[in-house]
Amino acid sequence: MKSFLLLLVLCLVLTVSSSNCYAQTPTSLELINNAKQYDGKTVDYRGEVIGEVMVRGDYAWLHVNDGIIAIGIWALKTMVQDIRYAGNYQKKGDIIEVSGTLHRSCLEHGGDLDIHALEIKKITPGSLAIQPVSKIKAYLGAYSVILVLLFYALKKFLQGS
Amino acid sequence: MPECFILWFFVKYYEKNRYFLYCYARDILGSGVCNSNYRHRLTICISISVYKMILRPQVNDVKNIGYYLGRIILGIGLAMFLPFITGLVLFREPNPALDFLISANITIFIGLALSWLCKTDKELNTGQAMVVIALSWLAVMALSAIPLLLSGHYKSFLDACFETMSGFTTTGLTLVQDLDHLSQSHNLWRHLGPFLGGQGIAIIAISFLVKGASGTFNLYLGEGRDEKLVPNVINTARFIWVISIVYLILGAIVLGLVGISIGLKPQSAFFHGACIFMAGFDTAGFSPQSPNILYYHSLIYEIVIIFFMVIGSFNFNLHYQIWKGNFKEIWKNIETRTFLFVIMIVTLVVMAGLRQLGVYSDGITLFRKGFFQIISGQTTTGYMTIYAQQFLKEWGDLALTGIILSMALGGCACSTAGGIKMLRVGIIYKAFRQDIKAMMLSPSAVVVQKFHHIKTMFIEDAQVRAVLIVTLGYLFLYALGTLVGVWLGYPFLEALFESTSAAGNVGLSCGITDTSMPAILKVTYIIEMWAGRLELMSVFALFGFFVAFVKGK
Repeated sequence: MKSFLLLLVLCLVLTVSSSNCYAQTPTSLELINNAKQYDGKTVDYRGEVIGEVMVRGDYAWLHVNDGIIAIGIWALKTMVQDIRYAGNYQKKGDIIEVSGTLHRSCLEHGGDLDIHALEIKKITPGSLAIQPVSKIKAYLGAYSVILVLLFYALKKFLQGS
Repeated sequence: MPECFILWFFVKYYEKNRYFLYCYARDILGSGVCNSNYRHRLTICISISVYKMILRPQVNDVKNIGYYLGRIILGIGLAMFLPFITGLVLFREPNPALDFLISANITIFIGLALSWLCKTDKELNTGQAMVVIALSWLAVMALSAIPLLLSGHYKSFLDACFETMSGFTTTGLTLVQDLDHLSQSHNLWRHLGPFLGGQGIAIIAISFLVKGASGTFNLYLGEGRDEKLVPNVINTARFIWVISIVYLILGAIVLGLVGISIGLKPQSAFFHGACIFMAGFDTAGFSPQSPNILYYHSLIYEIVIIFFMVIGSFNFNLHYQIWKGNFKEIWKNIETRTFLFVIMIVTLVVMAGLRQLGVYSDGITLFRKGFFQIISGQTTTGYMTIYAQQFLKEWGDLALTGIILSMALGGCACSTAGGIKMLRVGIIYKAFRQDIKAMMLSPSAVVVQKFHHIKTMFIEDAQVRAVLIVTLGYLFLYALGTLVGVWLGYPFLEALFESTSAAGNVGLSCGITDTSMPAILKVTYIIEMWAGRLELMSVFALFGFFVAFVKGK
């Protein structure tokens, strides 16, 4: 009986985990490597908004990086109004999920590989990534300045004498 | 006097004891016991002996090299204060600014120590200058990698060294991790590298830190440049800086304004403009964002970049002629003509390849994507408006071969571009034509071939020989990286593509260059970038120097 129950639990775990895999969005690398298969199809793509949102008329460009490569998303300006943080050194960008049509070579945008968004969902809001000043670096910086100044003074002193 | 004759006989014919006899002959000459006849003979014999014998470098040679190396390192250390100040004041990034403060002080300390310990008033000879240049590029690579390593965006010191060698040699292959979260100070340093290295790190030293005419000219030669714009080499170096800084200001303004028009915020637009200009004009191909030029999604931006890439790959001597108002030189010059001819050929090949596979469905897209990548390869910049993976997955072998051809041939001599160079390609073509003409005409006919490069010149055999040696050197470099790549399991065409990109200082990638690639391949590409930038001669001189240390007497 025990072994039967164990087997049942194992089967359930495997089924749940495999259905999770199926629900996972494709990575940027999968989309680019298999762009011919995905071309013109609706894809779900998830990642962090990076750089900045570039507004062009009623539309906007944003770039979403899933940790491998950033892909350009062409979306209506109204769709990106919720995006507050685009990732850079000082910010952790919003994590969004884009549902849209992948174009291997977009005729509207000079052959760029892009996704024309149909829907954008914010999964996790971004935040400021303020880093405190590193004490070790501050000490090292100060010591190195003193070292160079002392060395320079010694050099001048010895040259003078 | 018979003693002198016997000595002369032995020096000339008795090979095994050449060094002993050389010393003996030198002592006799120094003592003044020989008459003028034997004195002359002995001098010839000593010359023969010295020519055939490797002499170990003396302390003075090492001091001379150390002094000039120290000055160049000092120059790089001072340059690190620019990202330090901008990081602290403009970008408000204290931790990255501290990275530069620490690195600048370490670099300045080493530079000061070297130039103090090896202080000398002697000028560099050609061989020493070559060694200084070869060593200084390695030293600059290692020291400039410190702030990048401290940023935490590089997996190892080797990766950071790869990045700085790629930057300073204006290659543009990158191993940075999470570029989109890299600080602006570090990004500025990444882009400043090509700007300093493109003009030549010796140019910095010659312009501001080193005195003496022949020594500075030898340094100038050592970086693969042999054309002076004005008679004085220091003024030539300063003129190169003037050209570059004027273009930088104009380029940053133009790209900044275009950036604002495509939706970038003003501060960001001008920062991107300055970075893209530095890496575009200096044919490096770095970008502040990971999608490279694909980030901007703008035709106007691409056109402006194409313009800067092309003028950046032109000979500084041509720029000087244009500044003097001699616009006719653009069309008359062998390099610009060869450049246009090669671009036409490569465009035909690439377009045929892309058309054959139906990669782009309409002509405008085909031209926009194809032409940008061709210009990027030909000028050895390495900017991309497609993903690296698309080269392999979509472009096909014929189009890739076209791009490899353009990368291998490269831009113009005495510019920031890499590759074999258009001047050499033009001279080889002319020499080939001369030989064919000579075969077709009667044996008594004298066939001469002229070419125009600033002035009209006749092709000479010695010149063709020198051109062919360097060309052969580049082909060897391309082959070396390819062999290592294939040995590590990469397909031939991919390995050839990446190797040509590294040795030609291009920066286009088909995806091999990645943090996960084997360390041996990273080291191979570093060597290729270094040797390719210095056009091999300084690297050979450095090896010769080490051989002389080990085997010399």
